[in-house]
Amino acid sequence: MARVRQFLPHLVLGAGAFIVLLPFYWMFLTSIRSPAEIFDVSLWPIPKQFDMAVNYERAASQVPMMRFMLNGLIVCLGILIVQVATAVPAAYALAKLNFPGRKLLLTLVIAALCVPIQALALPLFVGLAKLDLLNTYFAMMAPFFLSVFAIFLFHQSFRSYPDEIIEAARMDGFSEMEICWGLVLRGSLPSLAAFSVFSVVAHWNDLYWPMIVVTDINLAPPPLGMLFFSDVESGANYGALMAGAALITAPMIVCFLLARRHFIAGITMTGVK
Amino acid sequence: MTLILEASSAAAGRGTRVRSKGERRMMWKALLFVAPAVLLLAAIYIIPVVVLAGFSLTDYQLGALSTRFIALENFAKAFDDPVFLRSLKNTVIYAVIVIPLGVFLALGLALLVHGRKRSRAFWEAAYFLPVTATLVAMATVWQFLLHPSIGPVNAAIKWLGFEPVAFLSNPTLLIPTMAMIGVWQILGFNMVLFLAGLTAIPKDLYEAARLDGARHPFDRFVTVTWPMLGPTTLFVVVTTSISAFKVFETVAVLTKGRFGSETLLFDLYLEGFEYSNTGYAAALTLIFLVIILVLSIGQTLHLDRKVHY
Amino acid sequence: MQKSVELTGIGKGFGADDVLKNIDLSVKPGEFLSLVGMSGCGKSTLLRIIAGLERPDRGSVAIGGADVTELDPSARNLAMVFQSYALYPHMSVRQNIATPLRMRRLSLASRLPLIGALAASAEVLREINKSVEQAAETLHISHLLDRKPAQLSGGQRQRVALARALVRSPAAFLMDEPLSNLDAKLRAHMRNELAALHRRLGATFIYVTHDQTEAMTMSDRIALMSEGRIEQLGTPSELYEHPATLTVARFIGTPSINLVPVEVLPNGSVSLFGQALGLAAAGHNAGPATLGVRAEDVSITPEGLPLRVQRTETHGADRFVHGHLQADEALPVTFRLSIGAPVAVNSDDVIYVSFPPERAHLFGRDGSRLAAFPTDRVAA
Repeated sequence: MARVRQFLPHLVLGAGAFIVLLPFYWMFLTSIRSPAEIFDVSLWPIPKQFDMAVNYERAASQVPMMRFMLNGLIVCLGILIVQVATAVPAAYALAKLNFPGRKLLLTLVIAALCVPIQALALPLFVGLAKLDLLNTYFAMMAPFFLSVFAIFLFHQSFRSYPDEIIEAARMDGFSEMEICWGLVLRGSLPSLAAFSVFSVVAHWNDLYWPMIVVTDINLAPPPLGMLFFSDVESGANYGALMAGAALITAPMIVCFLLARRHFIAGITMTGVK
Repeated sequence: MTLILEASSAAAGRGTRVRSKGERRMMWKALLFVAPAVLLLAAIYIIPVVVLAGFSLTDYQLGALSTRFIALENFAKAFDDPVFLRSLKNTVIYAVIVIPLGVFLALGLALLVHGRKRSRAFWEAAYFLPVTATLVAMATVWQFLLHPSIGPVNAAIKWLGFEPVAFLSNPTLLIPTMAMIGVWQILGFNMVLFLAGLTAIPKDLYEAARLDGARHPFDRFVTVTWPMLGPTTLFVVVTTSISAFKVFETVAVLTKGRFGSETLLFDLYLEGFEYSNTGYAAALTLIFLVIILVLSIGQTLHLDRKVHY
Repeated sequence: MQKSVELTGIGKGFGADDVLKNIDLSVKPGEFLSLVGMSGCGKSTLLRIIAGLERPDRGSVAIGGADVTELDPSARNLAMVFQSYALYPHMSVRQNIATPLRMRRLSLASRLPLIGALAASAEVLREINKSVEQAAETLHISHLLDRKPAQLSGGQRQRVALARALVRSPAAFLMDEPLSNLDAKLRAHMRNELAALHRRLGATFIYVTHDQTEAMTMSDRIALMSEGRIEQLGTPSELYEHPATLTVARFIGTPSINLVPVEVLPNGSVSLFGQALGLAAAGHNAGPATLGVRAEDVSITPEGLPLRVQRTETHGADRFVHGHLQADEALPVTFRLSIGAPVAVNSDDVIYVSFPPERAHLFGRDGSRLAAFPTDRVAA
C-alpha cells in the first residue's frame, strides 16, 4: 500500500505526460514512416519502411521550407535587436535619471502592457498599406520594435543597480551611454537572456501579424509557411506534412531542451516577475 | 510625445526652481535616452488607438473612394450581426472550457511535480514542451491525430468499442476540441507559474499547520497552500482568460471558420483583412480591446504595485 | 598635486526644507578636513556638491581657484571613496584600479571591448599598469590584483577603493563614510592607515563621517554641521576645548559632556540648585542656562556637589563613575567623572565632586556659548 502511494504521483504524471507528448511523438514517427503506413495507428517506434529522407526532402522541395526558417530568423533577430536597442536606454533613464514626464511615461508603458497587438493591427496595417510597405520584412517587424514589456522588465531590474557605482563611474569619466550599456545592463544579464528567449519564441511562433501583412510566400515566417504548406498538401501526404511541422518546431524545441531553465524563466516571466 | 512635453512644461512652471546648466544637460541626456522609445510608443500605440477609434465611427473601407461618418452605427450593427454574435458565443464557450481546466489541471500537476525531487526537471520539461512549440505546426499534428479514420485517437476509441468521434467535422464538437488543444498548450505555462508560487510558500507554515493539527495533506492544502497561492491563482486565471480570448491559430489551421466556428479574433481578421470592412472591423476591435482591458485590470494592478512599492 | 577647495554661499532646497543653508567653507591645500554631524545634517549632500554629483541651488564651488560649479563630476579631477566602495562588480581588482586612468588617457575607441586592445598604445598601457601596481603596493593589495570584488573581504574592498582613488593624483580626495561598513577593530586600524596615507601624499582630504572619534583622530580641522549649517569650524582641540554651541559640546568627546541646568543670577553669578559655582557670566544673560563639564575635569573632593553613584564603568586605564546629582531627587541629573584606578567607589555611595570653574562651559538658552569667568571663590 505504501509503495502504491509512493508511485501514484509518478503514475498520474506519467499518464498526463503521455497525452501531452503524444503529438510530438506522432509527428516525429509519421515524419520518418513511409506514406504507405499511414493507416497503421500503432505507436511502435520502428517503421517498417524508413522513409525519413523522402519525407523531409518533399517538405523542403514542395515549399521553400528553408526560406521560411531563414525569414523567421531574420524577423526574430531584427525585432530583438531593435527592441533591446530602444528599451535599454529608456529603461535606464526611467530607473536612474531624472527628467520631466518620467512618471507619465512609466504610466503609459504600463497602460500599453495591456494592449494586445491584435487590437492595433488594423490601423498599423492601414498605415503600412498607405506607405506601400506591405510584403516587406519591415512590415513584419515594425509593430514589435517597441517592447513595453522589455522597458518594464529592464526598469525593474535596473532599479536595483547600486547608485554609488553609477556615481563612481561618472566621476571616473564614463559617459551615460557607457554606464547604461557597459555597467548597468551587464548587471542585468539574466533579465536580458530571459527577455531574448521570450521575444524570439513569441515572434517565431506568431501567425496573426504575418498573415495580415505578408502574401508573398517567399517572405513567410515558419507558421505562415506551415499554413501554406498544409494547404498545398491538403491531407494527401501526411509524412511530408509532419516532416514540415517537425522542421518548424525543431529550432524552438532543441533550444528549449538545451537551455531549459532560461526558456522557462523567459516565457513565464510575464507572470512571475 | 506632445502629451509628455506639455506635462513637462507644466511641471517646470509649477516649481520656481531654476535648473542649473549641469542639471539641464543631464535632463536633455535623459530625454535623448527615452526619445526612441517615446516616438515608437506614439507611432505603435498612441496614434493607432486614436485612429482605430476614429475608424470605428465611419464606414471606411480600405481602398474605397468615399467615407462617411456614421457615429455609432457600426456598434449597433455588431450586436445585430449573427456572425459576430456567434464568434462572441464561441469564444465564451472556448474560454469557459479552457479557464477552469487550464487552471485546475495545472494546479494539480504543480502540486504533484512540486513534491518530486529528482524527477522534477523531467516533468517540468515534458509539460512545458507544448508552450514552446509552434502552435500552427502542432495544430496540424492534432488535425492528424484526431482524424476520424487514420488518427490514432479514434483508433483507440474504436478499440475500446465505441463509435469514432468526428472531432473536426461535427459542428458542436469543434469549439470543445479546439479548447482541449488550448488546454494542452497552456497547461505547462500555468503549471510553472503555480510551481513558482508553491516554492515561495515558507516551509515553516506547513510545520506550524502540522503542529496545529492539520494532519492530513488535504487539511494542509486547505489551511496553507490554497490561501497562500491566492495571488498566483488570480494571476493565472487572468492570463489564461486573456489568452483564451485571443484564440486564433487553431481556428486558422483546423477550420478556417467553417461550420460556424469563428472566434472573436478570427471574425475580426476576416472583417478587417479579408473583406476590408475597416470601419466595421475597427468597431469590433474596440469591443475586443474592451474585453481584454477588463480582463487585464487585475494584471495591471499587480504590475503597478511592483513598480510603486 | 594638492588643491584648495572653496565653497561660497552654497544653498540647496527651498524655504523650510533647506538641506544646506548658505555654506561658506574653505579647505586649504593639503588639509585633512572632516565634515561631521548627525545623519540628515547635510554633510553628505555637501560632499556630493563638491564632487559634482549634485548641483547646488545657490552658490559656487571652486577647486584650486577655478570655478567648477557647472563642470561635470569627471571634469573636476576629484577622487571619491564611497561608503559601499562602489567597485565595478564585473572587473578584476586590477581593472578597477586602472579604470580612472584608462578613462582619462585612452580614447573612446581604445576603450571599446576587443577592438580597444588593438587601438590603445602599448606605451600608455604599460604606464597605466605600472601606476596600478604602485597604488596596489601602497595599500598592500598586490596579491589581490586578479580577483573580482565579490571575492574580497570588506577591508580588502576598502583598500581597493582607496587604491582606485589614489592611482591618479587627484586635486582632492573625497570620502563618504568610508569606514562605516568595517568592524570596530578594522576601523581603528584603517583610521591610522588613512592618517598615514594623508601625511605621505600631502593631498587635500575632505572626509564625511558621523563618528566624532574618526574626525577627532584624523583631521587637521573639523567642520561640525547641524541642520544644514556649519556650527563650528576649527581644529579638533578647539572644538573640544571651546565648543561654540551646545550642539558641538554634545557631539564632540566620549563620554559625552556632562550637562546640567543652571541659573544665571542678575549679578552674573552662576548657581546650580541654588549653590553658587564660583563662575560668572559676562554681559546681561540672567536666566536659565546650561553648564557643561567634561568628565575628566571632575574630581572627587572632600566637599562639593553630592553625587549618588549609580555604577562605575572600566575602560582599561580609564574608569568612569555615573551618578545622579543629589540636590534634586525628583529630577536626577546624570553626571560622569573619570577617576584613577585606586579609588574605591561603589553603587549607592554618596560622593562629593567638584571641578575647576575655568574648565566649565556655559551655554545660553539659544544654545550659543556664553562668555564666563571664574569668580574668586572655589567651586562649591
